[in-house]
Amino acid sequence: MSLLEVKNLRIEYPSRHGVHAAVKSLSFSIERGEIVGVVGESGAGKSTVGNAIIDLLSPPGVIASGEVFLEGQKISGLTPQEMRSVRGSKIGFIFQDPMTSLNPLFTIEQQMTETILANLNVSKKEAVSRSLSLMEQVGIPEPELRIKQYPHQFSGGMRQRVVIAIALSCEPDLIIADEPTTALDVSIQDQILTLIRDLCIKKNVGCMLVTHDMGVVSNVTDKIAVMYRGDLVEFGPTKQVLSDPDHDYTRSLISAVPRSDIKLDRFPLVSYIEEAVEMKQIDIKNHWLGQSEDQREFTGPLLSVDDVSLRFVTKDSFFESKREYVQASNKVSFEINEGETFGLVGESGSGKSTIARIIAGLYAPNEGKITFEGIDLTALKSEKERRPIRRQMQMVFQNPYTSMNPRMKVYDIISEPIRFHKLASSETEIRQIVHDLLDHVGLGRMAGVKYPHEFSGGQRQRISIARALATRPRLLICDEPTSALDVSVQAQILNLLKDLQDELNLTMLFISHDLPVIRQISDRVGVMQKGKLLEVAPTEELFTNPQHEYSKHLVSLMPEFKGLRDKLAS
Amino acid sequence: MNTVTSSHVPTRWERFKNSDLIYYFLRDKVAMFSFAIFLTFLIGAFAAPLIAPTDPYDITSIDIMDSELPPSWLEDGDERFLLGTDDQGRDILSTMLYGSRLSLTIGFLAVGVQLILGIVIGLSAGYFGGRIDSFLMRFADVQLSFSTMMVAIIVSAIFKASFGSEFFSQYAVVMLVVIIGVAEWPQYARTIRASVLAEKQKEYVEAAQVMGLKSMRIMFRHILPNCLSPILVISTVQIANAIMSEAALSFLGLGLPVDQPSLGALISTGFKYIFSGAWWITAFPGVLLVTLVLVINLLGDWLRDAFNPKIYKG
Repeated sequence: MSLLEVKNLRIEYPSRHGVHAAVKSLSFSIERGEIVGVVGESGAGKSTVGNAIIDLLSPPGVIASGEVFLEGQKISGLTPQEMRSVRGSKIGFIFQDPMTSLNPLFTIEQQMTETILANLNVSKKEAVSRSLSLMEQVGIPEPELRIKQYPHQFSGGMRQRVVIAIALSCEPDLIIADEPTTALDVSIQDQILTLIRDLCIKKNVGCMLVTHDMGVVSNVTDKIAVMYRGDLVEFGPTKQVLSDPDHDYTRSLISAVPRSDIKLDRFPLVSYIEEAVEMKQIDIKNHWLGQSEDQREFTGPLLSVDDVSLRFVTKDSFFESKREYVQASNKVSFEINEGETFGLVGESGSGKSTIARIIAGLYAPNEGKITFEGIDLTALKSEKERRPIRRQMQMVFQNPYTSMNPRMKVYDIISEPIRFHKLASSETEIRQIVHDLLDHVGLGRMAGVKYPHEFSGGQRQRISIARALATRPRLLICDEPTSALDVSVQAQILNLLKDLQDELNLTMLFISHDLPVIRQISDRVGVMQKGKLLEVAPTEELFTNPQHEYSKHLVSLMPEFKGLRDKLAS
Repeated sequence: MNTVTSSHVPTRWERFKNSDLIYYFLRDKVAMFSFAIFLTFLIGAFAAPLIAPTDPYDITSIDIMDSELPPSWLEDGDERFLLGTDDQGRDILSTMLYGSRLSLTIGFLAVGVQLILGIVIGLSAGYFGGRIDSFLMRFADVQLSFSTMMVAIIVSAIFKASFGSEFFSQYAVVMLVVIIGVAEWPQYARTIRASVLAEKQKEYVEAAQVMGLKSMRIMFRHILPNCLSPILVISTVQIANAIMSEAALSFLGLGLPVDQPSLGALISTGFKYIFSGAWWITAFPGVLLVTLVLVINLLGDWLRDAFNPKIYKG
């Protein structure tokens, strides 16, 4: 008898536009001591399954048909009271974002003992000692001291450990982990996964690990369930699925994962992903996009950043001596030559985005100099002087859902910079340019009459790129342009950026926390930590022979995902 | 997504007809009922010269002998006056229709004044931040610490004293609009500032800055349209508030002159006669005022829910 058995589960979301089946007829099982990874792209229904098992579907979602068994006992269709006892004591749940899944007003002790007292028949004293031993088990040092603290006194990784400890506190038989490491940095991700893995074996509990990260599943899971638009397309032992997938979708999903070992020219084309209109070739030499009337002549690198520092005030005070600061950028210096792609890599909070925003002129640095095309940008006093430079550098942002004004049509979004900088002489010319841009990024000109919310994440990122190109920039700053996207869409966007770069001789500053992506796209890489630039090296050199301790550490943690690659290649 | 290739472009009207707003509206009985009543009041008020049986502003048609007549269905009632007459012999029904016209006009215009002040101040405070923000918001706090009534009473008393009641009654409507408008703008400024702060975080604002767009353009073309939902919601509440303020001021004798009675003034007049048995002078305008404010508030509540995607709508 399996620990968890899901039979023909179907989950529906009725709405005014008809019934949407988030999960269609899903069946799988989990044994004790086994980790089953549920993978798929966003919207595939992975998290919905986890929520349905513990009956926490957000309305209006309902289980339309199918059954869920825990140790042979049917747990779907229980009353809320009965379900509550199952939830705490039999199934533990680990949420995605440790920053929001703990109550900030209670100490860790209160939150842990509350869970234990609600589910187990023990005294208060026993509950506390139990909490202490759990904290030790999940690897939190000095549990006696830490247990009296509030969540904000813990780092992200430590909080996730607390969440795991709470999930384990009532000795559940099954743990459901919904993207437990997505919000964490690579180095912490590794620790948390190892912890979950060890605990599952030691306590002999089953685990359902929901994730979109192929690297994660290949490292820790025993079995994989691959979901595609609400359907289970493949279910089997991890090794088998990754090395010899049956389904085309699994195959394309695996091939879209950026390689960490070798730099490729392009990502392999994958099927089974959102369609894009065939990219239209345009004659760059004679086209508007290829001409720029004010290409300034200069010598040396296109952009050079010299000793740039910026600190943010964290605690303001009237007295200078009492103010507290965080050093977001500490004497950072690098140069970018024309036509190259410079990658900046580092964990969250390392100051990558701050540097990008300083270069783009959104923040003014406290110290240092930024030279672009031989002009010192920090010496420019007014916005008016800066405006011609602004056109030369554009930015593609991380979040495709907030980087466009939701109340403007795509046509207006793209034409706005052209109009504003008076880059075209007539309305007909603007129309022609916008249509060409839309065609060129693979959306088709009909996209212009729609609003941004009518597009998916990847398509929106294409609009974002088209908008950035509309000022005919020389430097394109990409701030984590693909981190909000699925792997297959990420591959497309990266290919698009590479193509555009070759065609238009763009210079790119590419920021990412994802080492394999950086390896694929950049010519040279800078590694950042805590506001400092530790090392700059050509890409291959950095990945094969990192100099700085921290770079070595980062490269060694890079998730290795080989999958069936060797097999596909042959 | 095959939407890329579809060629049909919905017009503005089709978009509106298919919008979630209309969809939820047609499924909410309270909202529809409130809207129907509100529309009736609105039409009744603005078509008053056509509908009303008599013209209460026409002094020649008023006969003092008709004063304090009860509603027509009661003993001593006169069939010419369906809801009775007031102390000067004016038909209550006609006066109510004309009065609600005044009340609604003042309500909408005062909210218009609040809106303009609130948008300009709230938007600048939220967008520029720093000192400008501190200055404008402290100014708003000071303004808020005086109650609307106090500001209104002081200002209208000063005007009445310095220009005489003749002048004041001539420009009473304008005065009330300005007084209520100026007294309540901080509500708007605060709401707008809060949503500007939220919108400013979003990357589309940064994208506009990277493009080099001017501050004015970013504020009014990019940020303001995205703050419209809270503005719309607060407007309904504020219209109701403004109508109430006007009624209260008129009740206190600081509002509209006796020959141009608004709902509040009518209630006030009736108050003097309520113990002599002439309850209808106060009761009917009172019911009208309460219903009007209630439906506007209900509509506002419904709008707030309809615009909030986090609330589950069945």
